[in-house]
Amino acid sequence: MPMTMNRVSVPVTVNEEACIADKGCTVCVESCPLDLLAIDLVKKKAFMQYDECWYCLPCEKDCPTQAIRVDIPYLLR
Amino acid sequence: MSDMIAEVDVLVIGGGTAGPMAAVKAKEKNPNLKVMLLEKANVKRSGAISMGMDGLNNAVIPGHATPEQYVKEITVANDGIVNQKTVMAYAQESFNMINQLDRWGVKFEKDETGDYAVKKVHHIGTYVLPMPEGHHMKKVLYRQLKKARVEITNRYMATRLLLDENGAIAGAMVLDTREGAFGVIRAKSVILCTGAAGRLGLPSSGYLFGTYENPTNAGDGYALAYHAGAELSGIECYQINPLIKDYNGPSCAYVTGPFGGYTANSKGERFIECDYWSGQMMMEFYKELEGGNGPVFLKMDHLAEETIGTIEHILHSNERPSRGRFHEGRKLDYRQGMVEMHISEIGLCSGHSASGVWVDEHAATTVPGLYAAGDLACVPHNYMLGAFVYGQFAGQSAAEYAMSHELPAVDAAQVEAERKRVLAPLANPDGLPPAQVEYKLRRFVNDYLQPPKVTKKMEIGLDRFAEIRADLDSMSATNPHELMRAMEVHFILDCAEMAAHASLYRTESRWGLYHYRVEHPEKDDADWFCHAQLKKNEAGEMTCFKRPIEPYIVELDDEEKDAYNRLRVVKQAEAA
Ligand code: SF4
Ligand code: SF4
Repeated sequence: MPMTMNRVSVPVTVNEEACIADKGCTVCVESCPLDLLAIDLVKKKAFMQYDECWYCLPCEKDCPTQAIRVDIPYLLR
Repeated sequence: MSDMIAEVDVLVIGGGTAGPMAAVKAKEKNPNLKVMLLEKANVKRSGAISMGMDGLNNAVIPGHATPEQYVKEITVANDGIVNQKTVMAYAQESFNMINQLDRWGVKFEKDETGDYAVKKVHHIGTYVLPMPEGHHMKKVLYRQLKKARVEITNRYMATRLLLDENGAIAGAMVLDTREGAFGVIRAKSVILCTGAAGRLGLPSSGYLFGTYENPTNAGDGYALAYHAGAELSGIECYQINPLIKDYNGPSCAYVTGPFGGYTANSKGERFIECDYWSGQMMMEFYKELEGGNGPVFLKMDHLAEETIGTIEHILHSNERPSRGRFHEGRKLDYRQGMVEMHISEIGLCSGHSASGVWVDEHAATTVPGLYAAGDLACVPHNYMLGAFVYGQFAGQSAAEYAMSHELPAVDAAQVEAERKRVLAPLANPDGLPPAQVEYKLRRFVNDYLQPPKVTKKMEIGLDRFAEIRADLDSMSATNPHELMRAMEVHFILDCAEMAAHASLYRTESRWGLYHYRVEHPEKDDADWFCHAQLKKNEAGEMTCFKRPIEPYIVELDDEEKDAYNRLRVVKQAEAA
């Protein structure tokens, strides 16, 4: 079946300076009820992997270094 | 590949609100039981109250309301179609549960004398108890889970229940949503606490996950119960809510109402007497929205600065805290403008309406060994406190059942068939992406099932759903996360078909907008004063049938029966 990749802007921004995933933190990954966040294995920083966000904020509230910013998804903004 | 296999006494599926309570209560009943709490996300932040809740909608507190009054209120709000015994069981336990939560450290609003500060939002009685600091609810529950030594299994989803040769519960089949491995959990009894079917209709924004309910609640439990042969009830009594347009979350009239905020039309005028969410209220809302006075707003701009500050604090820190961010983006200040509202997509939920898995006053379903609590268990308008109370009933009942039953044998044929079904999309690299199938399915739900309900449209909808059912076999998943979504599409389709069948079955209108059938616009008590049940029959087909309403234990007088039909504000004749 022929396929293509569509670009989408995602609502979660990670401040890579502040993120301490390289020190083993995975708090946001565990918080997200929809399991949308992951750690980039090369950069060792958190990022939003899937565009399925409920803008519910546990990731942002639970992050120990305030590295996460959740915006309202563009389609609803 | 060999499957992961676990053996427990009581398996609780869903760790949001009812689930943790059920697990704790099962352990309290008998600490020797092995109780497992299975959660698709992480119990620390899962379910409808992942960020807490701003209040109790249905607190029955001595001095403010009696259980009898509450049973009356819900009977009327649900247009007479209730098993009053289930509502009464809730109402009688409501105050004990509040006190227990208070002891566990939940902070309720209290007055100067230390009594609960209850507010009036409903049409008849007084039941709303604010929790301005309610964002810590999940932490409180988590502490109790640890204390009770409940075994927590995060990031697993149940895909089907396992039955023994007599049709009683034998456990559940599960998917590890991070590793993509299939597994079997053998259990003597199972409690379903998987929440609403919240990913049914498509939000008007078109964003699949911009739903009112936590979108991880895809109707899992409705489908699990259905395929296990359980009866479901009132599926035609959809959940439809008045929400902040685009943001698609509550605004929320329960919070603002006691402070003097209200639902208004474009002229800023009040048009409904009571902001309590009911089908009748939604019908008035719908008429106003479609009529010349629309759209509809939540009005707070007439309130004092201090009051608005308090409202903002509550609304922007609980339940859906990103509300504030949304308003900021639209440059809306409650002091200067009204909040534009609209009508949500449809869902199934007994917490808000009455669509759910049939349970008795002990939280037992019609399948031996299967219990249900929370948004998916059919106890009308049960909300969060009802989830806790029925979670308690379910935990106690399921523990008792487990204590008097052996672990049933596993039927290898069921396991084999399910493993094949669940893992198929991973083995199919070149198929339909689940997100695309889901989008199309949910758009059809809007096109054909959203009220006003039209017979021909619902029939066409069923044809489209049948085509999508054929597409399910050609879905592909490139990773375990996508496989989880693919399995959820199966649940959503089951729920869509249930919604269509149940709505076609009841040939009358009831519950205001929730079940407004254009060809049968009147309420028909002669034929339809009954529950409409739905289940899978012996031949594997979806069937509907009537279940008589148990004699009321609290009688209503005629004046009360009609209360929710008189929600529209009557303009007083000008004094001469
Ligand atoms: S919680 Fe914060 S610090 Fe930890 S991984 Fe996520 S973004 Fe990084
Ligand atoms: S806002 Fe909610 S859904 Fe979105 S990434 Fe954060 S935790 Fe996940």
